[in-house]
Amino acid sequence: MDFDAILLARLQFAFTIAFHIIFPSFTIGLASFLAVLEGLWLGTRREVFRNLYLFWVKIFALSFGMGVVSGVVMSYELGTNWSEFSKMAAPVIGPLLAFEVLTAFFLEASFLGVMLFGWKKVGPKLHFTATVLVAIGTFISAFWILSANSWMQHPTGYEMLADGTLRATDWMAVIFSPTFPSRLAHMSLAAFLTTSLVVGAASAWQLLKDRTQPESRMALRMAVGMFAIVAPLQLVAGHYSGETVREHQPLKLAAIEAYWKTRADQPQSLVGIPDRDAAKTHYEIEIPGIGNLIQGVSKDTVLQGLDSFPREDWPVVGLVYWSFRIMVGLGLAMIALGAWGVWLIWRRRVDDAGGFLWATVAMGPTGFIAVIAGWIVAEVGRQPWTIYGVLRTADSVSPVGVGQISASLLAFMIIYAIVFSAGGLYILRLIARGPAPALAEPPPDGEGRAPGSPLAAAPAEPREV
Amino acid sequence: MTLDLPLIWAGLIATAVLLYVLLDGFDLGVGILFPFARSPAERDVMMDSIAPVWDGNETWLVLGGGGLFAAFPLAYGILAPAFYLPLILMLLALILRGVAFEFRLHGRKRGKAFWTFAFAAGSLGATIAQGFVLGGFIQGVTVADGRFAGQPFDWLTPYTLLVAAGLVAGYALLGGCWLMWKTQDQLHGDARRWSAISAAAVGVLLFAVSLATLFVHPRIADRWGFTGEGFDVATFLPHLPIPLLGAAGLGVVAVGLWKRSHGWPFLGGALVFLSGYIGLAVSFFPSIVPYDIDFRTAANADNALGLMLWGIAILLPAILGYTVWVYWIFRGKVSADAGYH
Repeated sequence: MDFDAILLARLQFAFTIAFHIIFPSFTIGLASFLAVLEGLWLGTRREVFRNLYLFWVKIFALSFGMGVVSGVVMSYELGTNWSEFSKMAAPVIGPLLAFEVLTAFFLEASFLGVMLFGWKKVGPKLHFTATVLVAIGTFISAFWILSANSWMQHPTGYEMLADGTLRATDWMAVIFSPTFPSRLAHMSLAAFLTTSLVVGAASAWQLLKDRTQPESRMALRMAVGMFAIVAPLQLVAGHYSGETVREHQPLKLAAIEAYWKTRADQPQSLVGIPDRDAAKTHYEIEIPGIGNLIQGVSKDTVLQGLDSFPREDWPVVGLVYWSFRIMVGLGLAMIALGAWGVWLIWRRRVDDAGGFLWATVAMGPTGFIAVIAGWIVAEVGRQPWTIYGVLRTADSVSPVGVGQISASLLAFMIIYAIVFSAGGLYILRLIARGPAPALAEPPPDGEGRAPGSPLAAAPAEPREV
Repeated sequence: MTLDLPLIWAGLIATAVLLYVLLDGFDLGVGILFPFARSPAERDVMMDSIAPVWDGNETWLVLGGGGLFAAFPLAYGILAPAFYLPLILMLLALILRGVAFEFRLHGRKRGKAFWTFAFAAGSLGATIAQGFVLGGFIQGVTVADGRFAGQPFDWLTPYTLLVAAGLVAGYALLGGCWLMWKTQDQLHGDARRWSAISAAAVGVLLFAVSLATLFVHPRIADRWGFTGEGFDVATFLPHLPIPLLGAAGLGVVAVGLWKRSHGWPFLGGALVFLSGYIGLAVSFFPSIVPYDIDFRTAANADNALGLMLWGIAILLPAILGYTVWVYWIFRGKVSADAGYH
């Protein structure tokens, strides 16, 4: 397979999966948020929770729809673009992906219908159950897909047969490969962070316009409370994830930290421009003597550098190095924002704190950026392998010509540009309008929309077209 | 006792695909009929009738793809590259129609018009793409050394165009019958007319496709008793119930329409699909990549199939159970003020 076809296939996959991951990383957290809101409403019957539920469920419906359709693509793209990988990996991770469909996708898809359209059809408790099941489904989905991906990062529990095919020998070792638990925790927390930052930003935006808006005041406190707790936890989870990388994927660690040389007492590189060809980092700012400390090992432990590995196995060091720094930098900013917010809430000044509200608005999209940066670290850091140490990316690709891949890449770009800018626009419009408590009461039958339907709180617009 | 795992899984995947065709068939069909609605209000009702269930319906497609990957990776690895362009077309079309459910409610004037168009065009495009894949599958796929070895446009022939046209008519029939079942008043009357026209088209196209299929590959003709020497009645007779089932299905549609039944035509449409599906299965078996690779060759490792059988034995009844429950929740007629979006 020629180089262009591989590059194009990779570009296409990277493009479609980067767009896809935006939605799950938001809807995983949002489904839980909705379950909490509905539970609080059922428990307290305070209008504010119901209004918030009805507001966020509209945004959930939009995002979930985009997540579903961009996800269906993935289940076929494995075959259209990576047929050789599929044939190789299926004996081991095939069941994991099948279980994802069976345990998560059907659950989410079926109960989403009840969640969005069933408010009038089922009782409140059953509706709440549907919301909870959707939320659980999003986590089950994350469980299986991360399990499969972790196995690709560091395959265990399999053997290679004489004819070169793989066979699982220990399913528990396949499902719970060493990097999996910390990565699942890391991704789940990332989803909560992403959602709470968006909820925080949307609420802050409303409070900047009207600081008495009760729904936004409540949601801002919930969001700040969430990211104030989760952001520091994420630092810990990230650190553990990093430890498994050090232990099981030393090459990836060397790329993340731009360790060119194998040595004890690694310096900690802060910023710089890694140069893969020259095997050095230009304009580097580094702190000597603390690299090992940050990795959680003693000073005289030898940490492998890139020079321990053949050059053809090196990933694109600069991309991994910088994506990691963007992720960590944003994570630290989230911790700071959380601390600031908690202090303001404690001092009862948060609704008037213009600076904080603006900062929260500005931080709204940073969860998405951090998630994508983190996935670049994970996936580009695994290159040039699809199954680390077993199957190279160059040997994974389908026997499909450059013409077809480039045509389809172009088509994906055009359709995604239309679909996701429209979706983004509709979500931003909803956020700009904010929760509308006055209209939450369902209008009398005959012209009304069910309170559970995403548009229930919106005024009945003339339906044209 | 040892289970014949590849055979069980071939049956399961075939069932998933059949359920997909029947379930997403009617909601794609509603999209195909979208342009013929009288008014925006009618289109709202049409969409409301499928909005709670389309996502679950489409999940059977994911199970079809994911299941093929997991149970018959060799087939997945050959078929997906063989149908690269129609599959991508199908995915893009499904994206457009899938987001249209929500986007159509949020778009203002021009936006709403665009998403109305996108829903119809996406539904039609996905159906045509599936027709190309189906037609290309029946024609057979060129394989060498366990890989697809044909040309990018092998799936585009007069025969596959005919199959695509047949599938459009078939989905339109399912969509029309679904709308008769779920709607009332003027829309119900329109749906009745659409169903009648689609049923006539299905009758003609199904007959044409069946005939053409006999000429596509000698093995299929063989199966149905049309050997080089002539027609072998003894081979044909055991297969006779299959076309009869299709004819009976069309008969149920026709009588149902005549008697102004609301529910029976949908059942008739489903029977037509069932007959076509069984007819194809009989023609291919045991191929999973016609006509070179049978399902045993393509099957995944037995320990993987065994593990998944445990999973599906527990999960499939649950999935079917809550799917039926969701349909039950949303039973009955959708009215203009249904209380959906």
